[in-house]
Amino acid sequence: MSEKKISDQTNPENRKSIPLDWSYAEALENTSHATFNKSYGLFINGSFTNYDENQSFESINPANGEAIYRCTEASESDVDSAVKAARAAFEGEWGNYSGTQRSHYLYRIARMLQERAREFAVLESMDGGKPIRESRDVDIPLAAAYFFYYAGWADKLAFAFPGKHPKPLGVCAQIIPWNFPLLMLAWKIAPALACGNTVVLKPAETTSLTALKFCELLKDIGLPNGVVNIITGAGSTGEYLVQHPDIDKIAFTGSTGVGKSIQRSIAKRQISATFELGGKGAYILFDDAALNEAVEGIVNAIFFNQGHVCCAGSRLLVQEGVADRVIDLLKKRMQHLIIGDPLDKNTDIGAVNSRTQLDTIQRYVDTGIKEGASCYECSGTLPNKGFYFPPTLLTGVSQSSTVVQEEIFGPVLTIQTFRTTEEAIEKANNTPYGLANGIWTDKGSKIFHVGTKLKSGVVWSNTYNKFDPTSPFGGYKESGKGREGGISGLHAYVKLENSGGM
Amino acid sequence: MINRIPIDAVGIQERVTRICTRSIKRESKLQALDLALRMMDLTTLEGSDSDGKVRQLCNKALLPYTELPNIPSVAAVCVYPNRVALAKNILKNSSISVASVATAFPSGMSSLQIKLDDVEYAVSEGADEIDMVISRGAFLSGEYTKVYDEIAQIKQACGSAHLKVILETGELGSLENIRMASDLAMKAGADFIKTSTGKISPAASMPVVLVMLQAIRDNYNSTGVKVGMKPAGGIRSSKQAIQYLVMVKETLGIDWLNPSLFRFGASSLANDVLMQWVKEKTGRYQSLNYFSND
Repeated sequence: MSEKKISDQTNPENRKSIPLDWSYAEALENTSHATFNKSYGLFINGSFTNYDENQSFESINPANGEAIYRCTEASESDVDSAVKAARAAFEGEWGNYSGTQRSHYLYRIARMLQERAREFAVLESMDGGKPIRESRDVDIPLAAAYFFYYAGWADKLAFAFPGKHPKPLGVCAQIIPWNFPLLMLAWKIAPALACGNTVVLKPAETTSLTALKFCELLKDIGLPNGVVNIITGAGSTGEYLVQHPDIDKIAFTGSTGVGKSIQRSIAKRQISATFELGGKGAYILFDDAALNEAVEGIVNAIFFNQGHVCCAGSRLLVQEGVADRVIDLLKKRMQHLIIGDPLDKNTDIGAVNSRTQLDTIQRYVDTGIKEGASCYECSGTLPNKGFYFPPTLLTGVSQSSTVVQEEIFGPVLTIQTFRTTEEAIEKANNTPYGLANGIWTDKGSKIFHVGTKLKSGVVWSNTYNKFDPTSPFGGYKESGKGREGGISGLHAYVKLENSGGM
Repeated sequence: MINRIPIDAVGIQERVTRICTRSIKRESKLQALDLALRMMDLTTLEGSDSDGKVRQLCNKALLPYTELPNIPSVAAVCVYPNRVALAKNILKNSSISVASVATAFPSGMSSLQIKLDDVEYAVSEGADEIDMVISRGAFLSGEYTKVYDEIAQIKQACGSAHLKVILETGELGSLENIRMASDLAMKAGADFIKTSTGKISPAASMPVVLVMLQAIRDNYNSTGVKVGMKPAGGIRSSKQAIQYLVMVKETLGIDWLNPSLFRFGASSLANDVLMQWVKEKTGRYQSLNYFSND
């Protein structure tokens, strides 16, 4: 185009109506500053244990299916050492620290995360497949924000619990999922340390990298040994941790199935536990809403992080009169979503976290179609290596459909219509889950009317998937127990001495 | 006649922020710079505009940068009605259009007859495009029919000249009003809708333009008519211009990425685009002293 001759330009027909296929050139994030080892031991008592090839597993970059590093599968005795280290730290130096001293460490962690934000963002995208736009703009800044927020509480616990004496619980066993690896680590570790506990944390087996890099950061800031221990591994490691007799608290984020089995296994024990489990959020779109913005909200609700979000708005409930228009607008918007390399700054939808999850999503969509749903997929070609799934709409579904009932955890939106406000509320609540819902209307009174009737821990109005350290987050029903974030998040990590327990 | 459509200002701003995170590099940046130059309406609208000033502007429009003769020329030159004949004369052998503001620009505070005369005069002097202003006072006091009728009559007076309708969004007070004025102007026959006169602050902004682009898209979906868009004022850097192009692409599609449906009304943008262009071609930034200030 730039080589065009002047004579061509002087012809108005040529010059004014040249159709232009303007696509964005590759804009890859620089990765040279983000280094990591080929293999990792476990982080116990302030240092990494020796790596043993025979007791290890590989972690795959879902963007291309290639193995990028190996880490250690923690055995029962490894878990025991980690818990012992945490116990020793709790009964030693750390246990005697004042709130002010603890807050200094938390502030240091927060500042270091900010300083090394680009590095962590790149690693998060390489390990988990999420687009760099999200790890850079959401995951890492928010993780730092949670540390800053709870650093502020560490020396002010007396004000969070007026008239009570908040005491730490002891050793906290924390198990986190693969959808927001570093952010979930922050949600767990920040309030635990602020309240004076020590931690044994197990990241998900497909996304251990940022947790292991986080250990380097802890060494850099000089956190006392044993306060935070990171053990990698899969389900069996998690089970060893949960079954360990010397833990005082379990904080689990993950699937409802695993959450239920943990609850069964601790039923006979005096142990405090919080759970943040699955969800099947309804996105209630009334006909008086700002439709263009609501459509953008749908994109954020279901296609954010490839739909690997427990609070995703995965069920669109749209008022009948505007349903066709909304679906049309949504399809048009979806044409501009860019699916591909997570490290490209223009990528909107990255890679699905693992082959297993990709298969699960495919199975659900197949079931949906078998049960009578119509399927609309984003056009465009997917990369031929790695695990990718196109943003998908399922219409013609009903309340009884499997895809409406069960959590898919992928970029798949089911669309149902409703006629009246009451019908919308009933459909939204008609699920075993209760994590998050969204209401879209131009009318403030309707937001309060509907919002108070929805049975979910979070209700967003005219927005979706917004997180802030000051705001509590958690579920009703099978979506969990306890709250994380805000002052409520402190409750999960203290015992109040003169109140006879929590 | 026209429905009031709810707009969520927070949501609009979020969409704009997301659009601005698009990273446009290398060949796609060069394409965008080329496009931005071809979409430009070089503008001079001062009380002090003389024949000499207009002549210089027209020469710049013809050959923006002598070192790169292959560089595209701009879309149009925009002047006051009494400078149209001169501009037309200089540009007569080129593809560059002459646009004229009219209808008691910039306030629009005159009688309809005078506005029509103003348009007819500009057209008779040779204007290819007319940039009119709507009666904001009438719009804000709810006299929508009056605003509509004015636009419709001025459209008739334009004859074959293209009509751009300036909403002066900085005076409309809300995104809802901007959407409504956009719908009204398109229904009354606008070929283009345009944000601003450049005489009022704030002029064009991305949230405002996004709302207008959505109005254009909805109008196209219901009528099949493609109306053009012209943000004017406040767009000074290539980076901003490219962000606007991303917004057009992701709201209306690539059909709108050509000068017959999208224009930039700007005076200082040209030199920044030229400088970026030279940088992409040579790998080096040149001093602004090497670019003419017309």
